[in-house]
Amino acid sequence: MTQGGFRDALRRKHRFRPVETLPAVALLAVPLLGTDYYALGTQVAISVVFALSLDLLVGYAGIVTLGHALFFGLGAYATGIASVHGWGEPLSGLLLGTAVAAASGAVLGVIVLRTAKFTLLMLTLSAVFLAGEVANKASWLTGGVDGLVGVSTWPLLGRFEFDLFGQVGYAYASAVLVLVWLGMRWLVHAPFGQSVMAIRDNPGRAAAIGVPVLARLVLVYAVSAGLAGLAGGLQAEINQFVGLKDIGFELSATVLVMLALGGAGRLYGAIIGPVAYQVAQDLLSKDNPVLWQLWLGVLIVVVVLFAPGGILGIADRITGKAARRTARRMRPQVRT
Amino acid sequence: MGTIIDIAFQSLAYASVLYLISVGLSVTLGLMGFVNLAHGVFAMAGGYLAAVAVTGAGLPWPAMLVLSPLLVAAFAALLERALFSRLYGRSELDQVLFCIGLIFVASAVTRLLFGPMLRPMPLPPALSQQMQLGPFSFYAYKLLVIGVGGLTAAAILLGLERTRIGSMVRAAVENRGMAESVGLRTSVLFTATFAFGGALGALGGMLGADLFGLNPAYAFDVLVYVQIVVAVAGLGTLRGSFLAALLIGAVQTLSAYYVPALGTAVLFLAVFLLLLVRPRGLFGRL
Amino acid sequence: MNVIVPRRSVLGLLAAPALASLPRRAAAAEPVKVGLVLTMSGPFASSGEIMANAAKLYLATEGRSVLGDQRVELIIRDDGGTNPDTAKRLVQELVVRDRVQYLGGFQWTPNANAVAPLLNQAKVPCVLMNASGASTTRLSPWFARTAFTHWQINEPLGRWAGGTKGYRRAGVLVTDFAPGQDAEAAFTRGFVETGGEVVAMAKMPIQSPNFVPFLLRAKEARPDVLFAFHPGGVQTSTFMKACAEAGLKEAGIQLIGPGDLTSDEELPNIGRAALGVITAGQYSMVADRPANARFVAAWKAAYGLAPLRPNYMAAGAWDGMHAICGAIAATAGKPDAAAAMRAIAGFATEDSPRGPISLDPATRDIVQNVYIREVRMVGDEPGNVEFATIPAVRDPWKAMNPA
Repeated sequence: MTQGGFRDALRRKHRFRPVETLPAVALLAVPLLGTDYYALGTQVAISVVFALSLDLLVGYAGIVTLGHALFFGLGAYATGIASVHGWGEPLSGLLLGTAVAAASGAVLGVIVLRTAKFTLLMLTLSAVFLAGEVANKASWLTGGVDGLVGVSTWPLLGRFEFDLFGQVGYAYASAVLVLVWLGMRWLVHAPFGQSVMAIRDNPGRAAAIGVPVLARLVLVYAVSAGLAGLAGGLQAEINQFVGLKDIGFELSATVLVMLALGGAGRLYGAIIGPVAYQVAQDLLSKDNPVLWQLWLGVLIVVVVLFAPGGILGIADRITGKAARRTARRMRPQVRT
Repeated sequence: MGTIIDIAFQSLAYASVLYLISVGLSVTLGLMGFVNLAHGVFAMAGGYLAAVAVTGAGLPWPAMLVLSPLLVAAFAALLERALFSRLYGRSELDQVLFCIGLIFVASAVTRLLFGPMLRPMPLPPALSQQMQLGPFSFYAYKLLVIGVGGLTAAAILLGLERTRIGSMVRAAVENRGMAESVGLRTSVLFTATFAFGGALGALGGMLGADLFGLNPAYAFDVLVYVQIVVAVAGLGTLRGSFLAALLIGAVQTLSAYYVPALGTAVLFLAVFLLLLVRPRGLFGRL
Repeated sequence: MNVIVPRRSVLGLLAAPALASLPRRAAAAEPVKVGLVLTMSGPFASSGEIMANAAKLYLATEGRSVLGDQRVELIIRDDGGTNPDTAKRLVQELVVRDRVQYLGGFQWTPNANAVAPLLNQAKVPCVLMNASGASTTRLSPWFARTAFTHWQINEPLGRWAGGTKGYRRAGVLVTDFAPGQDAEAAFTRGFVETGGEVVAMAKMPIQSPNFVPFLLRAKEARPDVLFAFHPGGVQTSTFMKACAEAGLKEAGIQLIGPGDLTSDEELPNIGRAALGVITAGQYSMVADRPANARFVAAWKAAYGLAPLRPNYMAAGAWDGMHAICGAIAATAGKPDAAAAMRAIAGFATEDSPRGPISLDPATRDIVQNVYIREVRMVGDEPGNVEFATIPAVRDPWKAMNPA
């Protein structure tokens, strides 16, 4: 292939397709359902931001973590604590949460990314438990088990109050989601994103062609942590509460499940997964949380065994793209 | 003096349970390279089987000490053949997710079958009393737990050193490719060791019911501690698990006694630091 | 009606005809919707199930005479534990989507605290059936409480231990969260004011695989009495077994605490280890009162006594539904929130399973007897046997902290 042809191929692969406007259409559709679904819609939007941040790590960089809620929680607590102590401006609050989480991500990344596989899993697991325990014990700062109460978010842009119906909260979360999604889309197509994927596919080869492996991984870890912190800050501002659950192992596992259901390593997997998960939960778990847990468990097992690409993987097969994917079934293929 | 003995005794009993539950996981991890987060499911199965048999069918508790691990071993072998074996060699993400799914199913099924409450495990009266040993008195049940833990550890270590199966397992753990090339049928070996690990987990789960409290979240409750034992011990070591369990038991008990205000933070910090200094654990070779 | 528990479909069959008979008589009247926020999953699911059972039972039995032809639809939502943000979202949905006229339930004080601003916006009466943080009812005029507060139970217990009983040295062991801290402060105040001294104090984590080391530590201070607080739920019996194992009895240390320690539904699991423990509480399943006999008999008929039994949370939910049904009857089911709230705040009955209770219209908080009980064998099972009564106790915290 000539150089020009290659550039064209890349451009074709990364150009904006009409189908990609679907998530935005879905966001706009929620208000049409009336005021009933703002709360759920907001929760889904926050989860999607969180899942996107995890996708960057798990799907694109190949770093499996059981402790991603650490950064979600850090962002949430940073934003929430600032608000409790008198600074409830939403936009700067989000920046603060993002910055704190990203900085922690960079530090932790330098420490843990020297390891791999099981050790890395255990380190992330210990880290999230440790953080949870610190948040629990530092109750003068975090409210401990009882949670951080007294978070009060100022009106958005000085004009829009966060109301009972959750209209403003929904609009705010949606706007943040669209920005994060556009940013992620740009990032994974940029040379940086491509080099991260090269590391995932073969660290040795990436190092051999001159990619600074550890530095790249630490950077992507920090970016991912920052985005998780952004999601956490968003939740703290809209719910006006932060609790130990937000920095726990359970949330780490849940977001991993959401991402995998959608399909890791693909931007739309991180969107479809949380949407499907939370809408199903909303429909099924209210009347019977136990059966919900059972079917969710069965679904996860089935997806892992028979449809490793998640919902998008199934969609691919149905649309006949399966042939191209089977060769590398073990690893999630990257496509937007 | 009495206090030190008390604490040592508590640590030992706790360590025994940890050891029993986690040694099976050590084997699976070393042998199949499989991160079985769902190993606690076997502990839960063992515990519930025993509790139901004792309260429902009136079987004697000591009999379940043998029966429960046997039944769970069969169950584990079945699961291994049907499900787990499909996941060897898959990415960690797939393995982790699969295990999370399995824990969800196990805990939901348990709750549907046995309700959300803690399931009582009635002990024989002889065990639920204090025993006088010289100037000290010990809770008889925990003496038994320590005994079972110690014996199992001794049997496993000796078995590995002295028996043919033991050397096969060691060979497969250390170098699977080489073991296969000299004609070892690893898939049968895998199923057998998986079942064995399940049986030990069931034994630990049954003995640990008094400690952790048998409830539908049991698999989840023990998960963290078990993972930690394995991580601290290191991969590919079976002797390490015993020492690691002792260490974790002691750290937990001592920190609860001397610095109750810090809670479990001490344990997680210790593990985190240890793994940083020795990413392969204390005794790991892989 | 949302029947939550799949396993006890028997219960659904029992309760459903009773409820279904109501609509036929009053086909014209719209059902009044009552939303309960309870913990139906996770480690504390059993307590949520107990409260849901009690609420449904009230509607199917005594509630029918209060309501007459008026239908009530119970909507139960699961908050999964101490999840204030979930609770908030659920209340938002119950108010906006389901348009409930009354809210209730709430096992957890943090969850209740978090929804206070919503109640102020939505103007929906909310009955706290278990949440027991003293200050919660101050956060919104739409809160009322049929549960208890930790101050209400533990201060009298401290006075009883230091005064009536004359213990001098106490060890205090509580779990490390707000209710534990409340219990500690309340007991200490009652105990110290009657001449006692706290010689050892420790806080332990809620979930711990081994409680014995904490108890050994407390035992070393050689107190006369050990006051322990551990929240209800599956770990209680683990904790009580640890108490037996640590040899408190052998060392001559009396174990006391609030009723959570020997909660009725956990007693059979704890077994003989609980014998001799003294607790203070507002409700006991074996209490000798006609209303309680009726309540327990109805429960037995609908659900049996295993695996779940009526306990103090069940009493809170039962009386809470009584207050709500009273308000529905008083307003003839009309959505007049202010009138409904007045009716709830004036709720009083001589005939609750826990004896005479009333709400103080000024604070909307419960006034009730606190009983001192000892665990003794009742028939072939341990039970909380009441042996002293401290009548009509108001929440002391509110008197100490005037609004």
